[in-house]
Amino acid sequence: MPDTLPQATKPPGKQRVLQPPANGQPGSLGAAYVFWRGVRDQVPILLGVVPFGLIFGAVAIAEGIPPLAAQAFSLLIFAGSAQFIAAELVGAGTPALVIVVTIFVVNVRHALYSASLAPRLRRLSILWRAPLAWLLTDEAYATTAVYAQRYPDQPLRWYLLGTGLTLWTSWQISTAIGILLGAAVPASWNLSFALPLTFLALIVPTLTHQPAWAAAVTGGLVGWALDGLPFGLGLLLGAAAGLTAGFVTDRLVAEHTTS
Amino acid sequence: MSSLGLAIVIGGGLLVTYLTRLSFLALIPADRLPAALQRALRYAPPAVLAAIILPTVASGGPGLAGAPHWLAAVAAAIVAWRTGNTWLTILVGMLLLWVSSALIG
Repeated sequence: MPDTLPQATKPPGKQRVLQPPANGQPGSLGAAYVFWRGVRDQVPILLGVVPFGLIFGAVAIAEGIPPLAAQAFSLLIFAGSAQFIAAELVGAGTPALVIVVTIFVVNVRHALYSASLAPRLRRLSILWRAPLAWLLTDEAYATTAVYAQRYPDQPLRWYLLGTGLTLWTSWQISTAIGILLGAAVPASWNLSFALPLTFLALIVPTLTHQPAWAAAVTGGLVGWALDGLPFGLGLLLGAAAGLTAGFVTDRLVAEHTTS
Repeated sequence: MSSLGLAIVIGGGLLVTYLTRLSFLALIPADRLPAALQRALRYAPPAVLAAIILPTVASGGPGLAGAPHWLAAVAAAIVAWRTGNTWLTILVGMLLLWVSSALIG
């Protein structure tokens, strides 16, 4: 079960680590502690997500979507970039089924998150897996994957629940405010830039070995080079290229150390 | 768009999004994935997040107009590497973005 994600080999003392409460079960962290840790790790991400939700609410109304339907996008689809694209296509009068197919293509990357966390979640009851899958957004995956790597022996369910519900709740509230007030944050503040900065903060400290570097550099460069492609295909192909680069480098390093 | 059309977009969007997230957690057994793919999936976090980060940083545009985004991102990456502190990373990145944008603009 452990060892499904690359080990974080960060030297101790380089970052603040919360001590688990002493009354936790031996060898495992307490559920409430892990839940709150998931909440806490998601909070910085909200700085970038909340402006995004405000703008989504405002854009949806501007595209002629009724307020309740706009909120239903966030309540039910719960996928930032796909919601933006869908709202634009609704405004442009695109047929509904074409929009659904577009949402699928934009969100197919979530299958990757699903496969990546599956070794750590698949033994849970379906009553856990069903709601956890619904919370598996980019932002929840980012924090959970890094947590999973740092704690290869710990269960993930309370963490993902805490981090995912935090994002879901903020997404609903910020969408509602955007619907009611229009985009309340001036675009010139560039607050949405906090989102890539948070992802940087999460991922850079985990780049402690060559395959992880290869995956990040290749994924980033290919994603950037193909950024103009429709349906977010650039992201998809960038991720695929990064995975391949990580895998190949992993093999090369393994051959080098055994020979 | 008609109410029916919107209902199809929302219901269909919910269905396809949820099914992709549920896929390997419940519908397709992940341990039946080829071993090579399972091994490659270890590198999903850096691959995916970098593919999200870099185009966003580059979205400031080429040349001087995009320089604040790059400056902010590079400095933030160094802070993240040295400290591992999320808030400090965001703080340094956003401050540099604002200050350098104001200087250029």
